[in-house]
Amino acid sequence: MITTLIRRAIQAGFVIFAMTLIVFLGVNVIGNPVDILINPDLNQAERLRVMQNLGLDQPLWRQYLSFLHGLTQGNFGDSFVYSKPALDVIVERLPATLELALCAMLIALVVGLPLGLYAGLYPERLSSRLIMTGSILGFSLPTFWVGLMFILLFAVQLGWLPSNGRGETAEFLGARWSFLTSDGLAHLFLPALNLALFKTSLILRLTRAGVQEVVMQDFVKFARAKGLRENRIVLVHILKNLMIPVVTIIGLEFGSLIAFSVVTESIFGWPGMGKLIIDSINLLDRPVIVAYLMMMVVLFVSLNFIIDICYTLLDPRVRLDGKG
Amino acid sequence: MDTKLADAADIAVTEAPPPRRVWPAIRRFFSAPAALLGAVGLLLVIGAAIFAPLISPQDPYDLMQLDIMDSRLAPGSESFSGVPYHLGTDGQGRDILSGILYGLRTSLIVGIASAFVAALIGTTAGLMAAYMGGRTETFMMRLVDLQLSFPTILMALMVLAILGNGVTNVVLAIIVAEWATYARTARGTALVEREKEYIEAARCLRIPGHRVLLRHLLPNCLAPIIVIATMQVARAIGLEATLSFLGLGASVTQPSLGMLIANGYQYLLSGLYWISFYPGIALLITIVSINLVGDRLRDVLNPRNAR
Repeated sequence: MITTLIRRAIQAGFVIFAMTLIVFLGVNVIGNPVDILINPDLNQAERLRVMQNLGLDQPLWRQYLSFLHGLTQGNFGDSFVYSKPALDVIVERLPATLELALCAMLIALVVGLPLGLYAGLYPERLSSRLIMTGSILGFSLPTFWVGLMFILLFAVQLGWLPSNGRGETAEFLGARWSFLTSDGLAHLFLPALNLALFKTSLILRLTRAGVQEVVMQDFVKFARAKGLRENRIVLVHILKNLMIPVVTIIGLEFGSLIAFSVVTESIFGWPGMGKLIIDSINLLDRPVIVAYLMMMVVLFVSLNFIIDICYTLLDPRVRLDGKG
Repeated sequence: MDTKLADAADIAVTEAPPPRRVWPAIRRFFSAPAALLGAVGLLLVIGAAIFAPLISPQDPYDLMQLDIMDSRLAPGSESFSGVPYHLGTDGQGRDILSGILYGLRTSLIVGIASAFVAALIGTTAGLMAAYMGGRTETFMMRLVDLQLSFPTILMALMVLAILGNGVTNVVLAIIVAEWATYARTARGTALVEREKEYIEAARCLRIPGHRVLLRHLLPNCLAPIIVIATMQVARAIGLEATLSFLGLGASVTQPSLGMLIANGYQYLLSGLYWISFYPGIALLITIVSINLVGDRLRDVLNPRNAR
């Protein structure tokens, strides 16, 4: 167990290291920082001075070392657009994205789980077929287009909900959150629903497949034979056995929600990390891009690490130290 | 002498797995109404894209044909010179229908090209991994695992952040984001096929490795790869549209469907719905049709469902 843990940790560390190399080489060798960073109107002497200031005249390996050095201290350089440390700019936006992703996950769970349960228990009913067809749409509909249609329907035509920004926020735990005010909640609803769409379909299908598998098992037949009430069979015997795959998916998909919030945030003008990275790519704000990419790498590597460890703890059959 | 033997063996050995009958499979494919619907939709979409210059009322790239007086007309209205705009016009006076027909071209080309190259790279990697085993396999599959642990959109953003915007870079980004799926599928199938007798027979006959790989292993691994490829075309089209919508993809002069939808974004709040709505419907029809066809292909090509 300890060996597995250590081996996994070393692998995770190695992956992060490899990704720093890729990101650094990508941004500094394939893209040309001199063209991106330096005002083309400057004369040769001024150019040289700026290059020296940014350390671009150094050999590549030394630049990489100083990049790594900055990394260990969370220093990615200052954003060109905001003139603040890049990491600060991103961390400021973190609560907005986190809030959006968590709400979306909640919606996906509250809608997807009961519908999936229903469709799995009564697969022959017309309503179940409708639910399953709907879930295909949930997979196929392009998220950004659905977002636009949400704005068109709820914000423009009906005028029920706002379509832009976070609305009023309230302070909690040192960050500002929208879900604490009614205005903020109204602003949060459409983007969260939009982001939740895909995951709802996913959880729905997973639940349905799980139910159909569990219903055939002996312990459910036995519970029926004992004359337990249907409610109890569904809520205790079936639901409990479903929770393992569903919880796994929630863990796995949370990271992807944060990544996909890029799209939703851009549509709804939600001032989170996703909108920031798109703006930064368009404005060539290199320090913010690098900081965001590195943050995502660390996030996903740690998420996978945690999930792997959970698997070993929960299910001794999963032997991680087998291959690779 | 050696090659002759190998040829003879090729013939003998490839006949070992039962020959696939084409007609019953096709009939079975169309026996599901959803698949029929998908196939018809797909044919319509592809036809529309191929014959776009012939059937579209206007060439949306020809500035001479555009009239700024015709901008933002509602669906069903007519131009100054009496040409009907069935789906309305956008901010530059471009006919939305023509825009969609031409946009389909860009979307389909990007989707198919990136899915094809990704399939090529991924399948090669997967087959090599399965066939060679050992270090190569471990390394390759570690790479695939790593890649698949990142969401596609993040991989695509990473590539675009490094390379910059543009259609070619979007294709590259999609390839980078998607090849791993093929590699995993190809390896999975090849691992099963590798253990079968006909491969063993081919090896015993000392047929060279590359030949076993290409002539014996590959054809028998194709079915699941084709299914994945079909689905991935839909995903690639969706991803391209998303990236274009975010302003990272297609150029203004060669709009894809995502770009057309993005164009309508600024008019949405003033209620000019058609600029975004109809290109979105076209995108939806394309993706759903491909998915329906792919879904059915999976059922038909899966040997477990053969009877």
